[in-house]
Order: sequence, then structure tokens, then C-alpha cells
Amino acid sequence: MPDAPGLELIAQELDDAAGSDSVLGTYHEHGQACLIVDPERILEVLRWLRETPGQEYRFLASLHGVDYLPAEPRFGVVYELLNMPRVERLRVRAALAEPGDDALPEIDSCVSLYPSAEFHEREVYDFFGIVFRDHPDLRRILMPEDYVGWPQRRDFPVGGEPVIFTRDEPDMPRWYE
Amino acid sequence: MEVRREKLRRLAPLEEPAPRENLRIRQLRARDLLRGDLDGPELEKHVADSVLTTTMAKATSWGRANSIFPATFGLACCAIEMMSIVSPRYDIARFGAENMRASPRQADMLILSGRVSIKMAPVCRRIYDQMLEPKWVISMGACSSSGGMFANYAVVQGADKFMPVDIHVPGCPPRPESLVYGFNKLQRMILGNPDPGWRRRYNAIGTEEWARPATGEASPEEVEAYAAAREVSIAHESKRSQEARGGSA
Repeated sequence: MPDAPGLELIAQELDDAAGSDSVLGTYHEHGQACLIVDPERILEVLRWLRETPGQEYRFLASLHGVDYLPAEPRFGVVYELLNMPRVERLRVRAALAEPGDDALPEIDSCVSLYPSAEFHEREVYDFFGIVFRDHPDLRRILMPEDYVGWPQRRDFPVGGEPVIFTRDEPDMPRWYE
Repeated sequence: MEVRREKLRRLAPLEEPAPRENLRIRQLRARDLLRGDLDGPELEKHVADSVLTTTMAKATSWGRANSIFPATFGLACCAIEMMSIVSPRYDIARFGAENMRASPRQADMLILSGRVSIKMAPVCRRIYDQMLEPKWVISMGACSSSGGMFANYAVVQGADKFMPVDIHVPGCPPRPESLVYGFNKLQRMILGNPDPGWRRRYNAIGTEEWARPATGEASPEEVEAYAAAREVSIAHESKRSQEARGGSA
């Protein structure tokens, strides 16, 4: 696990190597290190972390999406990297803004670097509607193929049917209302 | 009144093995077993006392209710409780339903044991369609009856939205005793020989498996045959329901 100064070192080296402004921020909490990066440069960042001697985060433990609805930028795609020989974990988060006009946010697919990301990216697409460019087979993985909507987004209705208990009856609208 | 066989008993007591070569005694005993010693009104009374008569429909319903073949089909955690009803502790074999069939083609009862996700609903429906008729469904637990705690985007809020359900067993999960009790209620229902007119109620006449094209587009001849089959089916169902109404009135 890189400590806080180690994380700053990685961020500095990454900024020098992958081009300026690729790292937007860092934080180190609960012993976990996280880099917040520009989604347009995610492939360069991941390639640098995977192949630079001394870094070599060659294992993608998990890839998941987050929706921080009131906050901007709204979406996050989180990559949990692992260096197996040193047992060091590093989290990379790409902060994705909502494009507006009902368009879906887009980010580059990292299947070319980490083949195991294929199903993870499909899952993120399935639940958050984040499109991964150049993904070999981007379609829904868990929900039915004809499903409409992105069910894990915060503005998606929870679903289900309201149940009228007798104690709620005076407060509920009547059938004629 | 009693069938008297003293004469034969004296000749060859049943307690001791009869000698094999004594053919006459064996003949006498066989004739006695077949005919007895009774004649005339005494024989009539003997028969009336020892033979039960019923109608064919009642006998069929009785047989159906006591020889049910459930499908081996589990959906979620309720299936763990469902599995134990065939165990010696609960022993649904007492009611003649211990033989879980591994194919819907051989089953006539489906237990929906758990939440039905929207992706699983077409699968359940297909299994139901493949089962033999007459067929029955028990919706086990809160989830398959109403969605239960899963009030979300992924779970069907009540399995009776996509298939006919005969018995709803409440609980989360129901105890095996509850399921056996629900099964007994289903047996009572079957004994009443209910009108299986659910296809009419659900506007589903023509969805019988034999009345549907297997794959692809149906040819005009097939469409004509299905229309004819539908008419036969409607006539059959309405005749049945009239009979049931006449029988109950």
C-alpha cells in the first residue's frame, strides 16, 4: 500500500510522464491510496501504472461505477489495481461529468490492458449507462437485454409497488381522488 | 351375518400348511374364496356392505389429489425449506407427492419457491407451459406472492402477474409445515374438481402448447389448424364449466 508521500510521488511521476493535468487530485484515507484522474487520459494513466518499472500494477482487482448525483462531476469509474509481488493496492478514479441532452457519458475501455475488465465494464454499462469506447462486446450483462433505463443511477425510481397498510389509509389518496 | 367356512376349516385348518397333493381341498378353498357361502339377498347385502361405489369424476379427482408429481424447481432461499418437505421429518410422501420430477413434462405441480426476478419470469412461464394438464401452482413465500421485501426494479411484484397461481403460502420463508398445509389445501381444491377455466379468465385460449407454432412463422395451414383447435378448446371448456355449474347447483 503506498503511503501518503508515496502516493504524491506516484502522482508527480505520472504527471511528468503521461502529460500534465492527467492527475486531478489524490487522497489517502483509511490507509487506502486513491488517484483522481482525467477520464480522457485514463488509458495512458493505466498503461503507465501497469508497465513502468517500479510500479507494475498488473492486476485489475475490480472495476466499478459510482453515481454521486448532487455532486459534480456526477459519475465515477473506479479501478482497483493490485501489484501482486509487493501486495500493494492503488485505486484510480476517473471523474466523469454528465454530458447532458440525454447522452451517455463515455470513457475509453481498458480491455486492451486488462482483459478481465470486459465483464466489469459491461456491468458498469448495464447499471450506470457509462459507455466504454472500443469495448469488444458492450451490451447488458445482468439485466434483460430489452430493459430500459440504468437502474443503479440515483435518479432511477426504486420500483416496486406501494403497499397500503391500514394505519396509512387516512393519509393515502382514495381511489376516486 | 357372517360368511361361514367352518366346514372347510374342519377339513383343512388354515393354521397348518396343507399337503400339496391334496388337490380337492385346494379346489374347495379356491371356490369358497370366489363364491363364499352366501346366496340371494344375503349375498346382495354382503356386497353392499363391502363395496364402495362412486362416480368416475370423483374417483379421478381423488386419484389426482393423492398422486401429485411436483417439478424439481427451486428459485431462492424458500427452496431450502421446500426441499425438506420430502425429508422423513415432514414427509410429503404421506400425501402422495414425494416424487419430484426432474422434467416439467412429467410434473403437474410447480412450487414457486422464492423471488421471481424479471429475467426469471419468462423461464417460469415456459416451465409452466410445458407441464402436463391439469396442473397446479403453489406460490411459496412473500416474495413470489407479492414481491415481499424486494420492492425494486429487478423483481416481479407477485408471480400471479404472469401465470395462474392456485395457492399462496405466506411466510418469509414459510415453515415446511406451512407448505405442507398449503399443499393439503390444494388437495382439497383438486378434490372439488374445479373448472380449469383459467385460460378463459386470463384470455389465454390458444396458448396450449399443442396449439402454438414451435418456431418461426406459422404457415396459413397451421394458422387455420390453430383456429380450429381454439374453437374445440373453447367448446370443451364451456361444456366443462356448464357441467361444473350444474353439478354444484
